[in-house]
Amino acid sequence: MNPAWTALLLSLKVAGWATLLNLIFGIGVGYLLARKRFPGRDLLDTLLTLPMVMPPTVLGYYLLVLLGQRSALGAWLQDHFGFSFIFTWQGAVIAAAIVAFPLVFKPARAAFEAVDGQLEQAARVLGISEMAIFFRVTLPLAWRGILAGVLLAFARALGEFGATLMVAGSIPGQTLSIAVYEAVQAGQDDVANTLVLLTSAVCIAVLLLAGKLAPGRIANRM
Amino acid sequence: MQFDLHIHKTLQSGQRRFELDVVVRSDCQRLVILGPSGAGKSLVLKAIAGLMTPDTGYIHVAGNTLFDHTASINLPPQRRQLAYLFQDYALFPHLNVAQNIAFGLAHGWRNPSAKVQDEKVDYWLEALHIKALARQMPHELSGGQKQRTALARALIAEPRALLLDEPFAALDQPLRISMRKELDSLQKQLNIPMMLITHDAEDAQVFGEHVLNLQDGRLINIVKDAA
Repeated sequence: MNPAWTALLLSLKVAGWATLLNLIFGIGVGYLLARKRFPGRDLLDTLLTLPMVMPPTVLGYYLLVLLGQRSALGAWLQDHFGFSFIFTWQGAVIAAAIVAFPLVFKPARAAFEAVDGQLEQAARVLGISEMAIFFRVTLPLAWRGILAGVLLAFARALGEFGATLMVAGSIPGQTLSIAVYEAVQAGQDDVANTLVLLTSAVCIAVLLLAGKLAPGRIANRM
Repeated sequence: MQFDLHIHKTLQSGQRRFELDVVVRSDCQRLVILGPSGAGKSLVLKAIAGLMTPDTGYIHVAGNTLFDHTASINLPPQRRQLAYLFQDYALFPHLNVAQNIAFGLAHGWRNPSAKVQDEKVDYWLEALHIKALARQMPHELSGGQKQRTALARALIAEPRALLLDEPFAALDQPLRISMRKELDSLQKQLNIPMMLITHDAEDAQVFGEHVLNLQDGRLINIVKDAA
């Protein structure tokens, strides 16, 4: 297969898994921050926002320290499962997920905060359990705001370079952004051109889709 | 006793402090709490519905203990079996009229389908003259239609009592008069106790068998009407 397609498929696989993780944790954390009061809430928000402003290489370094074989977690995984996040595609998933996470939980939090609490109260009085209220009232009303963030995060994960380079720089087959870097380093301009055009096309498609789901559109509909 | 309550709650917000201390014993089917905004009327209703927990006291409605501080009883709102009509109706914006009405009938994690067919729903659509609106979304309804939908949604589960928060405040004068009549006949027909809070003395006149005046968190005098 053409190496450009291999790179695209690997990038889609990594970004897809990263987005799935972010969907689950982003909804959970967004809801927690929007609806619950607990000590350290602002600190948690700040820490989870950090990937947005920190250099990805710094994040990648943290991940190496946390997940590398000299770390407690890395050693444990290696001893018990013979598995390591470092220099595997799963490591690239973790890196991409963390870098894109603020793009999911921030809009999710805002979307949950925009849901009128009185609707949840009305559902309570009607005898509906808290869990059912979340799935029948809160989540459907926040859904489009969350989905727009998830698509942005997918696009961000697709283009992840810095943290991925640190954690999974030389995995068999390369993600698009790393393949571009290496093609340029090796002076293979034609390969780089193909990869760059391919990456641009995919990102534009994702952004167009995200734009269609932007929260402003729902506001007009309601 | 239809309503037997003692609600005590202190709210503190910065320098401001509000104390609600209300004792009600009434055997009337129609109780009205009249008072200016900020008197604590909504808090009384929320406490009865279980949406606010009093610091001390007890709440008995139609012979059921919903809250008793000394006995450590505090039923969650889900188990109080009350109908609550919110001031701005609180209809679910993502569900059509029939789905809104059927909402409390479905207890799982999924909402009733958009094409929901149910005898009870049909009965209430008919009773409140909104049959033609069954598939409309809440944002397409007028104020009066929203109120009918909210009433049907609240009454379909055969509640022990009906709580109404300023039910006519958002309606214009002619509609207010006709909705008062309708609520009047609905209450007679259902024969469940009703508590209505309002700032409008006219509402109190029309509905109050028993009118209580609430000011600054306290009941100031009790006017009992012979009718």
